[in-house]
Amino acid sequence: MAPVTSPPDPAKVTDPPPGRYSSDAAGLGRLRAGAFVAPALALIAVFLVFPALWVIYLGLMNYRLTGLAAADPKFVGLDNFLQAISDPGFWDSTWLTFQFVLGSAVIGQVLLGFTIAWMLRDWRGPLKRIVEGLVILAWILPSAVVSFLWVALLDRDSGTLNALLGIEGFAWLLDHPMLSIIIFNTWRGTAFSMMLYGAALGNVPPSHLESARLAGASGWQQLRDVVFPHIRGHILTNLLLISLWTFNDFSPFLLTAGGPDGKSEVLAVHVYKTALQSGDLGYGAAISTVILLINLVVAVFYLRLLRSKR
Amino acid sequence: MTRFVAGRIGVYTLIAVLLAFFTIPLLWLATAPFTSDPSYEVRLPDFTFENFQMIIEHPYALWSLVNSLVLSIGTAVLVVVLSALAAYALSRVRLPGRDALLYALLLLSSIITGTAAMVPLFQLAIELNLIDSHTGLILILSGGLLPAAIFMIKDFMDTTPKSYEESARVFGASPLQIVAHVVVPLVRPGLATIAVWTVANVWGNFLMPYLLLSDVDKQPAAVIMYTLYTEGGQANLKVLSTFGLLYSIPVVIMYLFVSKKYGFRFHGGIKR
Repeated sequence: MAPVTSPPDPAKVTDPPPGRYSSDAAGLGRLRAGAFVAPALALIAVFLVFPALWVIYLGLMNYRLTGLAAADPKFVGLDNFLQAISDPGFWDSTWLTFQFVLGSAVIGQVLLGFTIAWMLRDWRGPLKRIVEGLVILAWILPSAVVSFLWVALLDRDSGTLNALLGIEGFAWLLDHPMLSIIIFNTWRGTAFSMMLYGAALGNVPPSHLESARLAGASGWQQLRDVVFPHIRGHILTNLLLISLWTFNDFSPFLLTAGGPDGKSEVLAVHVYKTALQSGDLGYGAAISTVILLINLVVAVFYLRLLRSKR
Repeated sequence: MTRFVAGRIGVYTLIAVLLAFFTIPLLWLATAPFTSDPSYEVRLPDFTFENFQMIIEHPYALWSLVNSLVLSIGTAVLVVVLSALAAYALSRVRLPGRDALLYALLLLSSIITGTAAMVPLFQLAIELNLIDSHTGLILILSGGLLPAAIFMIKDFMDTTPKSYEESARVFGASPLQIVAHVVVPLVRPGLATIAVWTVANVWGNFLMPYLLLSDVDKQPAAVIMYTLYTEGGQANLKVLSTFGLLYSIPVVIMYLFVSKKYGFRFHGGIKR
C-alpha cells in the first residue's frame, strides 16, 4: 500500500485510499475475500474433510448398521484393522484390485491410448475424427448404460460377442469375471490416455523425429530415443492419475456385482458389500482407511511430480 | 517400398480392429431401441417408435430423468457460484496460508473418493437426516466436486488481466459490482466449462444416489437403469434400451456442444 504521506504518483492513481480498500485489483480486502471463500470451504469441510476424518474414527469402533452395536458402539482400537489383515477375503480383494489396476489401467489403457495417439498423430480428416469420437464416446456415456451394454455384449446365449466368435454358451461374466471387467475398463477409459498422449506427442519437435528418420532409425528406435524422453513426464502423470481412478472405480459392481462368489470383488466393491450390505460399518471403515492411505501415497507422489515440472 | 506398403496395411488393419472394438459394444444402443422385439443380439432394426411410447407410460423412467436433471442443475449452480467466488478471492487476494490451502484442496479432491468415503458419508447422511433428500445429495456431491472446480476456475481467473477491475474501481464500482459486471463476463468460458463438467459428473454418478436415495420416486436415471437390469426376473429390453438411449443423449449433445464451441481443451481433472 502506498504511504499516505507521499504525493499521489500519476502511475499509481488507481491505488486505493488507505484504510478503505486493500491493494488487490478489485478492492476486495481480506475480510470480504474470506467471506467469498468461506461458503465453498464450509461445504468441503463438512462433506469431504469431515468424512475422511470420521472414517478413521469409525474404523476404531465396532459400529454396525443394525443391532446392539448400532445403538451402543464401543471403542475396539485396532481390532478392525487386525481383522482385515487376517481375513483372506481382504487379501483376495486386494490382489484382484491389483490385477484390475495393472491389467486395465497400466497395461490396457496406456498401451491402447498411446498406440491410437501414435498412429493418428499425422492424420487429418474424417477417419481420425471417427476413431477419436468413438473412443471418447465410450468414456463419456453414463457408467450405468455402458455397463449394461457390456452385459448385453457378453451375454451367454444371445450376446453379440459369442455370435461373432461362434462360441454360443460361453459365459464370460461367470467363468472369466476378472478378464471381463479388465477389458471393459480398458474400453471405457482409454480416451483419457489417448487425449493426453495426443497432446504430448504434439510437443515432440518434428525436426528431431525427422533427423532420426534421416539417420535411419527404425520406428521403434524413434519411439525409444526421441519420443519417450520428451513425454516421460506425461507418461508418469498419466500412470498415476489412471491408477488412482481405476483403484477407486466402482463400476465393476455394475457389471458383475463382485461375483460370482467374490471372484471380481475389487476393494471398492468389497467395502460396499461388507459395510453397507452386511452392515459391518466399523470393518468397512477400516478398509476405507486403507484405501485412503493408498490414495494419499499415490496423490502425494503425483503432486511432487507436478511441482518438480514447474 | 514393399516395407512401406506392408506397414500401411498393418496400420489400417489395426485401425479396423480398434474401430470394431470400440464400435461393437455401442451398436446395441443404436439398434435395439428401434427394434420391435429386441434381444441381446445386435440386429438390423425395423425402425419402430413403439418403445418410446413404453417409456412415456413407464412409472419411473421419465421421472428419473427429471431427477437426474434436478440433481445435475442444482449441483452445477452451487458449484459454479461457490467455486467462482472462492477462486476469485484466492486469485486476487493474498490470504494468509493461501498456497497451503490450494495444495490441501488438490490433495483432498484426489484422495477422498466416493469409494473411500462411502461409509462415513452414508452415516453422515443418516445423522443429518439427508437420506432420500435431493438437497442433501446436492450438498454432498458439491462438497466432492468443489476442490477440483476451484482449481480449474482459478486458472482462468489468474490469466484474466486485472486492469479492467482496476479501471472499474476508478469509476467507483463496489467489489460485488466488479465481480458481477466485470469478472464474470471475462471468465464466462471458464464458468461454462465448470458447469458442463459438473453436470456430466453428476448425470453419470451412480454410487452416491444409489447409497443415499432409497425412494424410487427420487432416484435418478443412473440408479433406475441399474434397477431395470438387475431386479425383477427377465429384463425388459425394450424399456432398457430405449431408456439407456434417452439417458445417454444429453451427455453426447453436451460433449458435441463443448467441443464445437471451445474445442475440446485438455483438462487434467475433467473426470474423476
